[in-house]
Amino acid sequence: MSRIINTNEPLLVVDDLKVTFNTRGTAPVRAVDGVSFSVRAGETLGVVGESGSGKSVTSLAILGLLPERGVQVEGAITLDGTDLLKASERELQAVRGRRVAMVFQDPMSSLNPVLTIGRQLTEVLRRHNVCNKTEAPGRAAALLDRVGIPEARRRLDNYPHQLSGGMRQRVMIAMALACEPAVLIADEPTTALDVTIQAQVLELLRELVSESNTALILITHDLGVVAGMCDRVHVMYSGRIVESGERHALFAQPRHHYTRGLLASVPRLDLVGGKLTPIPGSPRDVIDWSDGCAFAPRCPAVTEACLGGPPALEALDDTFVRCVNPEPLGESMWKVG
Amino acid sequence: MLKFILRRLLLLIPILIGLSFLLFVWVRALPGGPATALLGERATPERVAQVNAAYGFDKPVLEQYVKYLGRVARLEFGQSITLRKDVTDELFRRFPATIELAMAAMTFAICVGVPLGFAAAKRERSWVDNTAVIASLAGVSIPVFFLAQILKWIFALQLNWFPTIGRLQPTRELEHVTNFNTIDSILAMDMGALGDTLKHLVLPGIALGTIPLAIIARITRASVLEVLNEDYVRTARAKGMSRRIIDRRHVLRNALLPIVTVVGLQTGLLLSGAVLTETVFAWGGIGQLISGAVLDKDYPVIQGGVLFLAVVFVLVNLTVDVLYAVIDPRIRVH
Repeated sequence: MSRIINTNEPLLVVDDLKVTFNTRGTAPVRAVDGVSFSVRAGETLGVVGESGSGKSVTSLAILGLLPERGVQVEGAITLDGTDLLKASERELQAVRGRRVAMVFQDPMSSLNPVLTIGRQLTEVLRRHNVCNKTEAPGRAAALLDRVGIPEARRRLDNYPHQLSGGMRQRVMIAMALACEPAVLIADEPTTALDVTIQAQVLELLRELVSESNTALILITHDLGVVAGMCDRVHVMYSGRIVESGERHALFAQPRHHYTRGLLASVPRLDLVGGKLTPIPGSPRDVIDWSDGCAFAPRCPAVTEACLGGPPALEALDDTFVRCVNPEPLGESMWKVG
Repeated sequence: MLKFILRRLLLLIPILIGLSFLLFVWVRALPGGPATALLGERATPERVAQVNAAYGFDKPVLEQYVKYLGRVARLEFGQSITLRKDVTDELFRRFPATIELAMAAMTFAICVGVPLGFAAAKRERSWVDNTAVIASLAGVSIPVFFLAQILKWIFALQLNWFPTIGRLQPTRELEHVTNFNTIDSILAMDMGALGDTLKHLVLPGIALGTIPLAIIARITRASVLEVLNEDYVRTARAKGMSRRIIDRRHVLRNALLPIVTVVGLQTGLLLSGAVLTETVFAWGGIGQLISGAVLDKDYPVIQGGVLFLAVVFVLVNLTVDVLYAVIDPRIRVH
């Protein structure tokens, strides 16, 4: 079954998403603060940021997987013309795994240890009525085969602990793609894996989404991953998108000082003897967006104007930048193939 | 798996030999002796020596023990000194009563405790949760004999819903094959007797099962709360599985391990700790037998009874280990 999709039409639109955690006894924390983006069929979107920047919370909000109590979600998340934030739990269950699927960070803990791989795969196929009960094992084996797991039939009877980390992540991907979703969200899909395995898993993801014209939202802190895979990139800091643009433009000429800092802190082989330049401070050193730029306490180019209220996300040459004192155009930092 | 079970059963032999030796020495270290218990405080030393000689208690302990071990190997636990009955017969007569009571108590504790703990965890900090936590705290705090008396007073004496004492109406005839009244009445196809047996089990079962119920509810709650936060539960939700299926297939099964551990330990405790309940309901089980024997210094009964309990305890633990492997493939024995 193939879907005919107008590639110009965005599949999933996130509009002014705000997520606030209200913990009793402490001040409310706004983890996501007005994030907007959209993704088209076949497109790969990168969402980059340090831990705590709100990227995972955004992805969980899309699937309605945030805890119900103590969490306030505002804005709109539109898929197929319906606002997922207004959908009932039953409607969301029909979307999850079917239209929007998710691959999580840690394949060690994301698979149920007491159920076989086969059971966990057929469960999602049966849930969304993709096939009947007798076809399910065959379909599951075909899925495992497709994600490059050898002896797929035999693996169906294996338990997660009998597989390596890379194999488990392949199983997670097979599970996510089982019902041919329109959108796949991969939240740090390679972070828990060995470096040699990381490349394999990313390559697999890239192949699969391009074959099936699936929209991929790749959430990561790893700029190397983004540079290799994504069409467009959003850089998040403290709950807001601080810079976004097409991959080549963004990597060649990052204008926001946070993006520049991220790029400078990536180890590079072409600069022999060059030292890594970490971003000073930690993501905890923030000020509230309403008082000014949240990155100001760590920013090398901070000015008085940075603390004069919230900066807006504005178009600047090829990218959008949320900065009152952006880096001027100059020599390109990174070349991306 | 079979090899594992067999190995564990073989391990019973050294355990029982060690335990029987300790028991043998310990009961003889208790002040007084069967002779004093039989003859009274003012018995003359000559009479005491006479009785001791008659039972062989004047021989060296090691010699007595070797003789005893030989007899135990043939399942002969000797003659009770005060009851003047064969200990083996007495154990086989009373043990089923205790096991039946313990099973009733455990069934009650599991059937109420697990759902209660589960419901509490699912609605953490709600009124359901708070009630469950307070109720289980109360459950472990109430003395068993007190609860037993209260239950008996309300439901047997005032409301007359259940019988006050015993395992069966004295007027009812039932052929005792296994001495498990439930099994015997099914064998005899006597539904009246079965109903009567179950009715007799209700109050003592509840009294004995309340503490394990409270403990099981608390463990279930803690275990389910932990599993609910696991990544694989989030994965199941991300796949669009319904809550009911997630609870049953993903949460409960993973939460079961600590629950099974506690059920095993509590079953062991129930068997040996049923004395109070058995006394209040005149149950005629092994708890009453052993506690009486300790007061009377009835060596053969204490030794036989405790050895019996030890065997059951080991078997319960073996069952728990086998269940572990069934529930969690990661601890399957190869």
